[in-house]
Amino acid sequence: MATPSRAERGGATKIRVAVVGCNHRTAPVEFRERVSFSPEQAVDAAGELRKRGILEEAVVLSTCNRSELYGVPWETGPAAAEAMETFFTSFHQIPREELNGRLYRWSDADAVRHLYRVAAGLDSMMLGEAEILGQLRTAYNQALEHGSTGPVLNRMFQGAIEVGKRVRAETEVGARPMSVALAGVKLAERVFGNLKGHSALIVGAGAVAEQVVEHLQNRGIGTVRVVNRSYDRAAELAKKIGGEAVAWESLASVVGVPDILVASVGGTGPVLTREMLERAIAARNGRPVFVVDLGVPRNVAADAGGLYNLYLYNIDDLGEIVEQNKKSREAEIPQAEALIAEHLAKFEAWRAAIEASSIVDDLRDNFHKHREMLIREKLAEMKDVSPDERDRIAHITEELIERVLEQPAQKMRQGGRMRGHLAGLDALRHLFGLDEEKD
Amino acid sequence: MTYHLGYWSVALYVASFFCYARILYAAHVWLERAASLLLGGGILLQYFALLERSKWIHTVPYNDLYGSMSLFAWLLGITYLGLEIFHRQRTVGAFVTFLLVVWMVLLEALAPNEVPAPPPARGPLFAFHVTLNTWAYAAFALSFVLSLIYLVQDRVLRSRRLGTPFWRFPALDVLDRMARSSVYVGLGALSLGVVMGLVWQHRLSGGYSWGDPKVVVTLAILVLYAAYLRLSRNASWRGARAALLCAMNFVIVLFSYTIVNFYFTKFHRFF
Repeated sequence: MATPSRAERGGATKIRVAVVGCNHRTAPVEFRERVSFSPEQAVDAAGELRKRGILEEAVVLSTCNRSELYGVPWETGPAAAEAMETFFTSFHQIPREELNGRLYRWSDADAVRHLYRVAAGLDSMMLGEAEILGQLRTAYNQALEHGSTGPVLNRMFQGAIEVGKRVRAETEVGARPMSVALAGVKLAERVFGNLKGHSALIVGAGAVAEQVVEHLQNRGIGTVRVVNRSYDRAAELAKKIGGEAVAWESLASVVGVPDILVASVGGTGPVLTREMLERAIAARNGRPVFVVDLGVPRNVAADAGGLYNLYLYNIDDLGEIVEQNKKSREAEIPQAEALIAEHLAKFEAWRAAIEASSIVDDLRDNFHKHREMLIREKLAEMKDVSPDERDRIAHITEELIERVLEQPAQKMRQGGRMRGHLAGLDALRHLFGLDEEKD
Repeated sequence: MTYHLGYWSVALYVASFFCYARILYAAHVWLERAASLLLGGGILLQYFALLERSKWIHTVPYNDLYGSMSLFAWLLGITYLGLEIFHRQRTVGAFVTFLLVVWMVLLEALAPNEVPAPPPARGPLFAFHVTLNTWAYAAFALSFVLSLIYLVQDRVLRSRRLGTPFWRFPALDVLDRMARSSVYVGLGALSLGVVMGLVWQHRLSGGYSWGDPKVVVTLAILVLYAAYLRLSRNASWRGARAALLCAMNFVIVLFSYTIVNFYFTKFHRFF
């Protein structure tokens, strides 16, 4: 079945947008797993939504924390969201009774605001995280490539990407590290600047140490050495990260080489003593060493923190920094919301301008219909009117309509000013019976 | 006309300061560019103001407080902008432009109404001597600011109480390199300036005034900053200690620029 065009459906004049979906706040991970869309499924779902005449434009956004259908529905009101929800459940073969309030629905300005908040990272599990913006861009580009977007979703998603960028550039919502591993790496950057070409020594092969290595490698760290009590485990991690495994017995000899030391060894006492680190700094000709102690109990002797040019952070220090950062990020929410409001206003102004221009077209059609009926009716009674005079009368009445509509058409084109008059437009539409005629 | 240009350059420095201060809070590509452009604009306008003043007195402004301070501020701005471009680091800009703004506002308040009389000492060699020495002082002032920021940053890192600007501050390594670059500029300019001064004095009088307090203090400054450059590579001085030494050296520069000029020297008695 071919999807009907807007014109074929009578030229719907209201621009509607809707979103149906769930996220980490509304649904547990077991449910989110069942309703997630693979990239191929996202394309199929968007195509199917259009094919079935539920949505005119569609984008599916699916990440580990959310599955959402964005679209421009053909139907107005709750029926559209209902149809999207039905599609959502049937696509994943989930009985409706299992939904239990796990899906949310937003429409029009609320739907746009929701998307902008998602792009800004305000709706993320980790406030302000940057990954969502990339995921959103990928989802949109994929939909764009497969032709399932149109002018409305293009405008909406491009706006969302801009909001996401601005929020991260102009506020601190995404600036400060929110994990212990990243906090450690960011602090190392405060000492060394660019980490490219610097070296690191990983003492112990725990999961958090692995995360630190990942962040270090993302920043182009040079040599990475791994020391562990179990050489096999060290070799395994070294292989995984493209580093070099070193025997536990050689720890004292290699500790003076790296700029960054990450310690996360399980045990009973410090494995890096003040004397060892003092010798290490001397071996480095006094160049600074940044030490991250992730071990509990601590792997680095506490008194080593006082050594000149040694910057020591333990797990509690990093945890406290992460907590401070969380609070700071939260404090930035109002500023991010203000940016969202600014972009939402732009979108609404655009929407109002489109809707406003369409109302003039509808009025014109309406007037012409009545004009033709009136002329046909009256001229039938006027037998002595020549064909030339009939044409003239027709021409004059046509011109009258155009003149009457000229000023409103001009005003409607001033979209930015029309946003506040949307309710008035609805009244006008109702007054002239344009809604009834379309329906 | 000169003062109008002066006011406009202050206005641009103020605007530049606000841009730099804003990017300390949150990075913004356009604001970063605007900050540098505004600073560049301020420097350019101040150049024309200085040029006009130089035409009146037929040499570089050095003999009156307004002219000398204005030349110092202009060279400080140029040195910073050069270092900013060389090190691709703008986060120090807020501190430097703040210093510039305070300096320039004071300057405009001190601006004399009458046109200054041409000073007795003139000529291209003398102009280079004065300009290079003032440039050296401006570069040392910049290294002082950078060293102070280093010391604060180091303290914050050790205290583990990190505020918002901390994450935008330059890394210790960058501050260290910028401070050293600034001292290199200062030492180069001062060495050349001293040589030109000696040549100029020899041409005038056929001898050298090695005993003049200004010459003695200037040579001491050369030695102290050279020592800083040497010690900043040394294992036990590298880092905060070297930054402290750099900051302390500037006290001698201030002493030379003010007390020595006012009270001790015989032929460097300017302002």
